[in-house]
Amino acid sequence: MATAAERKKLFGHAENNYLNCTKGIRSWIFTLDHKRIGVMYLVGVTLALLLAGVFALILRLNLWTNTSELLTDAQYNQMFTLHGAVMVFAFIIPSIPAALGNFVLPMMLGAKDVAFPRLNLCSFYLWILGTGFLLWAIISGKGLDTGWTFYTPYSIQTDTGVIYATFGAFILGFSSIFTGLNFLVTVNTMRIPGQGWFKMPLFLWGLYATAIIQVLATPVLGITLLLLIAEKAMHIGIFDPKYGGDPVLFQHFFWFYSHPAVYIMILPGMGVISELIAVYSRKKVFGYSFIAFSSVAIALLGFLVWGHHMFTSGQSIVVTLIFSAITFTVAIPSAVKVFNWLATMYKGSIALTTPMCYALSFIFLFGIGGLTGLFLGALSTDIHLHDTYFVVAHFHFVMVGGTLTAVFGGVYHWWPKMFGRMYNDNLGRLSCFLVFMGFNLTFFPQFVMGARGMPRRYASYDPEFTIFHQWSTAGAMVLGIGIVLGFGVLVYAAFKGPKVAGNPFGAASLEWQSSSPPDFHNFIHQPILHDPYDFESMIYDEELDTYVPKEFMEPDKQPATEPEPQTH
Amino acid sequence: MNLLTPLLAQNNIQDVDGIPTPESSIEHVGSYWFPEQASTFAGDIDFLYMAILWISTLFFVVIIGVMVYFMFKYRRREGVGSEPSSSHNTALEIFWSVIPSIILVWIFYAGAKGFFEMRVPFDDAEEIYVTANQFNWKFVYPDGDVSKELHIVVNRPVKLVMQSDDVLHAMFIPAFRQKNDIVPGRYTYAYMRPTKVGAYRLACAEYCGEGHSRMRTVCVVHKDEADRKNTTQWENEKHPGWVNGERLFQINCSGCHSIDGTVKTGPAINTIWGTDERLSNGSTVKVDENYIRESILEPSKTLVEGYGATGTLSKMPSFQGKLSDAEIGYLIDYIRYLKDPSKFPDRDTLVQPPAADGTGATSTVPADPPADTKPADSQPAENTTDGDPPQDDQASDGSTDPKTDNQDQEN
Repeated sequence: MATAAERKKLFGHAENNYLNCTKGIRSWIFTLDHKRIGVMYLVGVTLALLLAGVFALILRLNLWTNTSELLTDAQYNQMFTLHGAVMVFAFIIPSIPAALGNFVLPMMLGAKDVAFPRLNLCSFYLWILGTGFLLWAIISGKGLDTGWTFYTPYSIQTDTGVIYATFGAFILGFSSIFTGLNFLVTVNTMRIPGQGWFKMPLFLWGLYATAIIQVLATPVLGITLLLLIAEKAMHIGIFDPKYGGDPVLFQHFFWFYSHPAVYIMILPGMGVISELIAVYSRKKVFGYSFIAFSSVAIALLGFLVWGHHMFTSGQSIVVTLIFSAITFTVAIPSAVKVFNWLATMYKGSIALTTPMCYALSFIFLFGIGGLTGLFLGALSTDIHLHDTYFVVAHFHFVMVGGTLTAVFGGVYHWWPKMFGRMYNDNLGRLSCFLVFMGFNLTFFPQFVMGARGMPRRYASYDPEFTIFHQWSTAGAMVLGIGIVLGFGVLVYAAFKGPKVAGNPFGAASLEWQSSSPPDFHNFIHQPILHDPYDFESMIYDEELDTYVPKEFMEPDKQPATEPEPQTH
Repeated sequence: MNLLTPLLAQNNIQDVDGIPTPESSIEHVGSYWFPEQASTFAGDIDFLYMAILWISTLFFVVIIGVMVYFMFKYRRREGVGSEPSSSHNTALEIFWSVIPSIILVWIFYAGAKGFFEMRVPFDDAEEIYVTANQFNWKFVYPDGDVSKELHIVVNRPVKLVMQSDDVLHAMFIPAFRQKNDIVPGRYTYAYMRPTKVGAYRLACAEYCGEGHSRMRTVCVVHKDEADRKNTTQWENEKHPGWVNGERLFQINCSGCHSIDGTVKTGPAINTIWGTDERLSNGSTVKVDENYIRESILEPSKTLVEGYGATGTLSKMPSFQGKLSDAEIGYLIDYIRYLKDPSKFPDRDTLVQPPAADGTGATSTVPADPPADTKPADSQPAENTTDGDPPQDDQASDGSTDPKTDNQDQEN
């Protein structure tokens, strides 16, 4: 039996850890440690979220009255474009994979780091560079008013900073590809001995499926954006009918990336939720292999449905029918995931902690987001609803109600691991409640508006919609308060929260078999592999007030104390 | 102010039967989810929407109900752990995969069927040419009439042949549940058969630039052809020049230029006549006939300060070939009228038709002082339009230009 002192060293709160093992700004900006890169990413994407969130609040305030009194039309157009572009390219796409994934993925594999640590750091600096170009479009005073989709020929005609912004998105694409490539290789080659594919936590399946999309789809976006820059600068005649091009071709190219990108945004979120539901119900995940394969199935089917963004674009009727049919096939794996999560809760021991509250609100909001997708996948109803607020509400339910909620749930779940300190659970739950209520108040009225015919991207609008916009604006304020509170609770906890040991939630995946915060080498000992959802394998240690592997609580079992011998 | 008010007032279409008054049209007309049903396929689409809504609601209530039940039933208690239960159940998993699949097949089928109806042309449809540009709508009817609003006849099928002069737009009439993008460089089509007399909103649904949200107009469904014709037909001879100019301004210019001083995509035009306009190259120019003509035909030649640097392209397209000399003359009249209406005849002053003796324009206007219905009549305009008054009259016969438009579009 390992002594209490040994357990404290391996699984307790670590005063010496990856955060303070080296000091100084250089030790951070040149770090190759996946945990530090993950933390830097987390700071970065949070700032991007807050910036784009401020844009959103300005938009909502402008829509309080139907005559656009706060902003000029041109300013409004710039505001919604920057809101969308920063949210999508700088926040949602990197949020879970690059921030949480970077921190958690190698540890879940029992590895010391990702396969290519330098590429990992490079990916972070590309994120900074790309975001910088996006922001340069604002700072330079030119702005950007094309919508985040950069649809031609307007993006060629406008004299705003399209070239800066598309170049920024191009660079961000590379950042995303590097992260994806790194994760693919890491998962394939660096699993701890004995960890077969089906002994991986489901979060890794989500990240793996995401990485496939990142590597395969993002290059198409890169080429498309380069062609757009070439068309704008040199009039090569590919997208603009004035020079012999076809504007619908741009939409095909763009959505060939951007539809799979929707799954880049949501699959990691689903992975996080699978972890949270299992851990906080203390139940083995129901239908593990289905959830695992459905992630891959969604990733692959996601490549075949881009045309459902273009039902009214004038593409042929036959093509439209095929895209609609394939779109419905994606609904099944998504729906069954939800059923599996519910079945996981059955006969569980459900703790309504902050992460679990976020996970449950994910099921609620993603449920609405997914089901409203049916209205848009069905052709005749989509013709009416396309480009209205119904679509706006639908994808916000998926992207914000889904992904942002999962980001919060995941960050709350792994925060004690990252910083070794616990947050105030009641305030955390309050933030979850505010986000949930504010979100519904913001976006539910938009379904009604959209079905009644309110087109999106309108600075001023018909007076009959005023009341819905006012509800929506009020909700956005509550949502904003909830988000700020959510981050505030975390930041306070990171500095002032009570110290916690390695595994306060009793989770069984490998990243919890470490001290909190983890050592620079992640694990001081060779982690002991169990099924990631075998919660019986972790036993509560009263001295440490944390869960430790059962092997360390039983007599006659000496743990190996050497660090995991993987080096780079 | 309600969108419909000025637009309906503009063309004196309050008289049409069944058109809601401006006050009532501020209120939502229709069901909780939808605007009123005014086309043949609106009913089917609403039915499918409601069917999906109830199916979704059923699933959602069950999912959330189970979730909330589990939350309380299995909440963590002191000393009670989770109970083991199967983590796999083939029958259950097949059940919850297959049942939704069957429902989805039905939804797909119903959606596709409705879609076919919306995208297959009606027999004997009336063809109306639609030109969308930033940020105006222009509808040209088979008989050559032109309007800023879409005027159609109840129960008569319509085929809209749509083209864009510049960027993507989309034609969206919520009450008809019909929408299609308008793509520059090709024609797209929209079919509909209105079933209810009234005025309905018509909006641009595809983001098209700065004035996107101003690209709203109305679709008026008339009770019969005579009623429609009564509204859309326009004979320049019957109106003072500035009124013709006002109409041309509404059709071609109002998307970007205001007449109340607000700055839209372009400068407001209500007070510019006779002033010195500062240009982006630092010089100033007096706003006179020649300047306005140049601005309409060659908008990029000089730019007003604040609307782009010299040498860059103006946001305004050239109207070379789209407006005749006479029409430019009417627009000049309108701009002058806005500056000082006192010099111009009332809106309802009927201009006498051209005399049949062939003496031309001079004979249409007696020598009484305020009746300058043609720019040629007023002193400063002479160098612009002098010399071709007979052409003016031909061009303003009402049908010549739209017909040319039609032929262009058919080619």
